[in-house]
Amino acid sequence: MADVASANPAPIVLVLGDEELLATRAVAEAVERGRAADPGADVREYEAGALTPGEVAEMLSPSLFGGRRVLVLRAGQDARKDLVTALLGYAKNPDPDVTLVVAHAGGAKGKAFADGLRAAGATVVPAGKLKGHRERVAFVRDEIRRGGGRCTDDTAEALIAAVGTDLRELAAACAQLLADTDGKIGADTVARYYRGRAEVSGFTVADAAMIGDVPGALEALRWALHVGVDPVPIADALADGVRTVARVAAAGRGSPFQLASSLGMPAWKIEKAQQRARGWTPEALVDAMHAAAECNAAVKGGADDRGYALERAVVAVAAARQGSARR
Amino acid sequence: MPDVFAELVGQDDAVETLRRAARAAAALVAAADSGDGVGAPGDAAVGGAMTHAWIFTGPPGSGRSVAARAFAAALQCHRGTGCGECPGCHTTLAGTHADVRLVVPEGLSIGVADMRALVLRAASTPSGGRWQVVVIEDADRLTEGAGNALLKAIEEPPPRTVFLLCTPSTHPDDISVTIRSRCRVVALRQPSADAVASVLTSRDGVPADVAGWAAAAAQGHVGRAKRLAGDPEARKRRDAVLAVPRRLTGVGAAFDAASALIEAAEAEAEAAVAELDASERAALQTALGAGGTGRGAASAMRGAAGQIKDLERRQKSRATRAQRDALDRALVDLAGFYRDVLTLSMRAPVAPVHTDTAALASAAAEKWSPEATLRRLEAVLACRQAIQANVKPRIAVESMMLALWRG
Repeated sequence: MADVASANPAPIVLVLGDEELLATRAVAEAVERGRAADPGADVREYEAGALTPGEVAEMLSPSLFGGRRVLVLRAGQDARKDLVTALLGYAKNPDPDVTLVVAHAGGAKGKAFADGLRAAGATVVPAGKLKGHRERVAFVRDEIRRGGGRCTDDTAEALIAAVGTDLRELAAACAQLLADTDGKIGADTVARYYRGRAEVSGFTVADAAMIGDVPGALEALRWALHVGVDPVPIADALADGVRTVARVAAAGRGSPFQLASSLGMPAWKIEKAQQRARGWTPEALVDAMHAAAECNAAVKGGADDRGYALERAVVAVAAARQGSARR
Repeated sequence: MPDVFAELVGQDDAVETLRRAARAAAALVAAADSGDGVGAPGDAAVGGAMTHAWIFTGPPGSGRSVAARAFAAALQCHRGTGCGECPGCHTTLAGTHADVRLVVPEGLSIGVADMRALVLRAASTPSGGRWQVVVIEDADRLTEGAGNALLKAIEEPPPRTVFLLCTPSTHPDDISVTIRSRCRVVALRQPSADAVASVLTSRDGVPADVAGWAAAAAQGHVGRAKRLAGDPEARKRRDAVLAVPRRLTGVGAAFDAASALIEAAEAEAEAAVAELDASERAALQTALGAGGTGRGAASAMRGAAGQIKDLERRQKSRATRAQRDALDRALVDLAGFYRDVLTLSMRAPVAPVHTDTAALASAAAEKWSPEATLRRLEAVLACRQAIQANVKPRIAVESMMLALWRG
């Protein structure tokens, strides 16, 4: 049995983070590893908040019949103080025949427990929420690679635009794409299976309206309302768009970095606004701001149909710009 | 002779009505005490001068709440109709009388829960043997549910309970028609600038020239006139607001002016509530057992987060209201300026609101057509309405500033 001992899985695994999909996967993987070491392993799962030290002691003490055991503790951040003490005591001298898997949401609650386990030499598996677009692109690429397929960054971005940022949905979409195709997934494959846009913010609408792109702005608006964006932030974004362009246009030409401090806006925002400011006259900006303010009142109970009020405002803003081009 | 109604400036008719009602009320109490008659308001014996529910209306600053409190004092007066000296008058005016309940909303609205509790208390017999008085200042802030809860009590009042409501007007937007139809209305006028000025000089000892200027600039708002005459900060804020029309030289300047106005309002509101917020919070935490030592001190605070959050929610509502009120004052000043310009360009024989910006106003009257001035005035008023309709203040003010710039 010496060879089995060397292939033993880690005695303590700490799954740290609150991204459910990743945490579930990590726990399943640890359990699977325990089963691989001994197919007859005894796997038990507990909610840490409802567990008493006595039960744990029974689980962790040597069994009369031998054999591996896998103990999964969910929601480790809810563990009570006496349980934490018992488990940390055990962690100092773990039983090699037992795998203890603790899922912990991270964060401040129950932090001492996570830190104690880490200090005791637990294998830490991060399962935190993905931050930022780049991490999500990497997640999609990994996901497809795991399934034996291949894809580029563009493909991953197209998929995220179509499906949204929820990891479960992204993982499911990747699995579906892999099952439906031969594994080579390009942007055109994504376009064949997924249509539409999952995440449109008010800023998309405002950006399109400010360059006078009425069809684009209306389409973005419909998508935004369709996926459940509240009309109030859309109206705010519209006003913000007009305000940004107006202030940047009034500040005159200049380097975005110099203007950034005097206008109190980030340089990239100023640069974008400077491009949009072409084709706007001050008069037109007054009209556009007026339309945005009216729209703000309308979406807060002033109008019967908030969608229509937003559409009118989008058209009015774009029309103001056209008017300034004609002047 | 000192008198509880002395604080009411230039409201002779209203005071006369209230005095007559207070006399009738005193007669009712005396009749009930001597044992003849039930002594409920509305008895034919006293000619119906007294009734159980009153609405005080009038423009802001005309003294609606002052009138309501003075009337409450007159009802509780031990000697007659508001002597201002007896314990009844004193405690009522100080807000400590056991039978007078004051509802002074600090937040944006008066909720139904508050009103139900109040109605329950109002149904009890007056402990002093005279009247149970409920004063609701800003009754226009009653929510629909709260209004209905109040309506129940006003419809079938206990014999010795009097409701005094204060609203800007009896328009259905301010007070529901069902409540209004069950109350007697006392309409207060906007006091003339002369009346306000004379009160400032006689009561507060303000020099006559400053009093005249402040009374005109406050547009009949007695409290604001007093603050303008006495508080240099308030004067500075007003000067900043009146400098706005001159500063509007372009789109960028309009946005800057809007920012400045919003930030000034925010700072004013912040200064008004910050100290109170902190002390309230500390008081609540102490009451809940924060900072205690020994056994059980930590567990005592465990359930406190919810209550503290509740307090913070109320404080936020109060801060929002303070900010809107500050902004509204600024907008009224601004509207006064454009009104001056309009009256000058139409050569209307009326006194200007802002006597100190007369030169600026006459210069503007030469430059702008009356139509453009009127459009600007309307833009200011539309902005006030928009803020009341919950439009983001920044957006509403920006839109207004741009309109003011363009004319």
